[in-house]
Amino acid sequence: MSLPKITQITGRAVAVPGNDIDTDRIIPARFMKCVTFDGLGEYLFYDVRKNADGSNKPHPLNDPRFSGATLLLSGANFGCGSSREHAPQALQKFGFKAILAEGFAEIFFGNCTTLGIPCLTARREDIAAVASAVETDPKLPVTFDVAGQRVLFGGRTIRAQVRDAARDALVNGRWDAIGELLEGLPAAKDRAAQLAYMRV
Amino acid sequence: MRSVTGCRFPIPAMPKTLFEKVWNAHAVRTLANGQTQLLVGTHLIHEVTSPQAFGMLRDLGLKVAMPGRTFATVDHIVPTDKFSEPFADPLADAMIKELRRNCSEFGLTFFDRGTGKQGIVHIVGPEQGITQPGTTIACGDSHTSTHGAFGAIAFGIGTTQIRDVLATQTMALGRLKVRRIDVKGKLRPGVYAKDVILHIIRTLGVNGGTGYAYEYGGEVFDRFSMEERMTVCNMSIEGGARAGYVNPDETTFAFLKGRPYAPKGAAWDEAVARWRAVASDPGCAYDDVVTMDAADIAPTVTWGINPGQGIAITEKIPDPAKAGSVDEKASIEEALAYMKLSPGAPIKGTRIDVAFLGSCTNGRLSDFQEVARHLKGRRVAPGIKAIAVPGSQGVGRICAELGIDRIFRDAGFEWREAGCSMCLAMNPDKLVGEQLCASSSNRNFKGRQGSPTGRTILMSPLMVAAAAVTGEIADAREVFKI
Repeated sequence: MSLPKITQITGRAVAVPGNDIDTDRIIPARFMKCVTFDGLGEYLFYDVRKNADGSNKPHPLNDPRFSGATLLLSGANFGCGSSREHAPQALQKFGFKAILAEGFAEIFFGNCTTLGIPCLTARREDIAAVASAVETDPKLPVTFDVAGQRVLFGGRTIRAQVRDAARDALVNGRWDAIGELLEGLPAAKDRAAQLAYMRV
Repeated sequence: MRSVTGCRFPIPAMPKTLFEKVWNAHAVRTLANGQTQLLVGTHLIHEVTSPQAFGMLRDLGLKVAMPGRTFATVDHIVPTDKFSEPFADPLADAMIKELRRNCSEFGLTFFDRGTGKQGIVHIVGPEQGITQPGTTIACGDSHTSTHGAFGAIAFGIGTTQIRDVLATQTMALGRLKVRRIDVKGKLRPGVYAKDVILHIIRTLGVNGGTGYAYEYGGEVFDRFSMEERMTVCNMSIEGGARAGYVNPDETTFAFLKGRPYAPKGAAWDEAVARWRAVASDPGCAYDDVVTMDAADIAPTVTWGINPGQGIAITEKIPDPAKAGSVDEKASIEEALAYMKLSPGAPIKGTRIDVAFLGSCTNGRLSDFQEVARHLKGRRVAPGIKAIAVPGSQGVGRICAELGIDRIFRDAGFEWREAGCSMCLAMNPDKLVGEQLCASSSNRNFKGRQGSPTGRTILMSPLMVAAAAVTGEIADAREVFKI
């Protein structure tokens, strides 16, 4: 399977500030009643974006200045809670291509990487600098340099990190592991044959 | 240099943790990016996170590699008032039908309603004896860590990874570090497994476990029943740890013996010998060790919007003015604004609207037995909606045999049928408006229980019962004179 190499992404950015933003908030459970991921983008952050009558609440993603942003900025422990892939799927279908946060919850991070959504981490003050720049000029192009582990915006550069295994997978176009896993299937079957509980 | 092979006494192997042993036994190979292709011994699926994985499998023209190693149940979307198909909710009905179709097409075991074995996936696996020590388990559900109670390494995974496991019985994963959490001493009366895990999360933080598997041990865990161990392992993910486990011992073996999928006859003895050997070796090295004293743990309740925001029932609601950092101040303010609680006030006495007893955290037989023992002869306070939802048809059946359902009904609880129910409210069991729920579940996130403004306070099952009978957050030790 040939996948694109994701080395850097340039686009407009929007900040959804806060720590511990959980996957229930990213996509409330009631919108998971579906057998495909199609259409999930519309329900992204639904309960914090919408009133009960469907009208908009004040939220960065409802702000027309940030419409079309493809890069998301947030705080610590982003994506905590449920393992639902519906969360990164909703972000991707809404139009997000990469996330910069202080930190990510483990399962969410893995789910994003597998979908080719780079998750970069940086220091709070550095993320705040990016957020402040795009607040001043929402049209400012921002570049998440995955390979170079940095973020470039308005002539400035901040350091960012992408974990080794994820960075390797993204920049070398092997972020969806299925091809490699299938190559290892015969070895997996051999290993399974050695384990008593898998033989029965 | 002396030859090792010539040595009279075998050189003891480096002591290893259970995690290391299980990982090594299931590591198939190293992938190009440095991750491990890890064999998944047991794969559990349910209706919410699996349909898209089967869709991907079909799109790629792939088959299920080892159909005998995937087990399915339906839990998240089932109505619990009356299980009657077609479900009133057409979306939920489509989901159960899709799971049936996928299991039938790919030849997978499905503990469907008619088998009498249906229930929450993390209750069914152990109940059937599918969950065993020394195994790797994956499921598209973050509470898969529950199965670690048996000395299994169990991971919650996303849907694309479900596809990977279906197609190859493996997944790509980076190795975790291991943190040993020792809880020494003896729990005080009225303090339960749920309080232990809420205390651990409160102490180490909701992201304290990132990158780690938690190994729980010490006298408290040695004494715990399997169901108590499951309650703790269940919420490992709420502390950021992707997996949590307890070393297998006689309690583990006694629980498994005779269960449908447990080994039988000579195979049983061989299995027990293997299971004993998989426990962490004395003197093994951990990446981190944390020690806690059981005497410091009180009945614990949450006051905020994540499971780490907990306090002892005797404590006061935190005051943002006294926060230690700007971050903490902001998070307390956000939580209190959502929860509509006042800083500095006692949490005890907070009026509730709903009491929910159930979930993969606390929907097991012993949870209902312990509550029934104290609830007998008491009444749910007027105006409180109280529901008790057994975690599986099996749990429901035993409760009926023991007359436990009757005790709950007589007290004014609605006694329901098996499912996830109001833990995440994907079925009709939902909070309405700003209702406040005393809940034995695992998450108090904003909107978690089905209303975008609904409020959740997490606690042990007996504390839920105390809240139900008094109509407010109460100390179960006082209410039930423990």
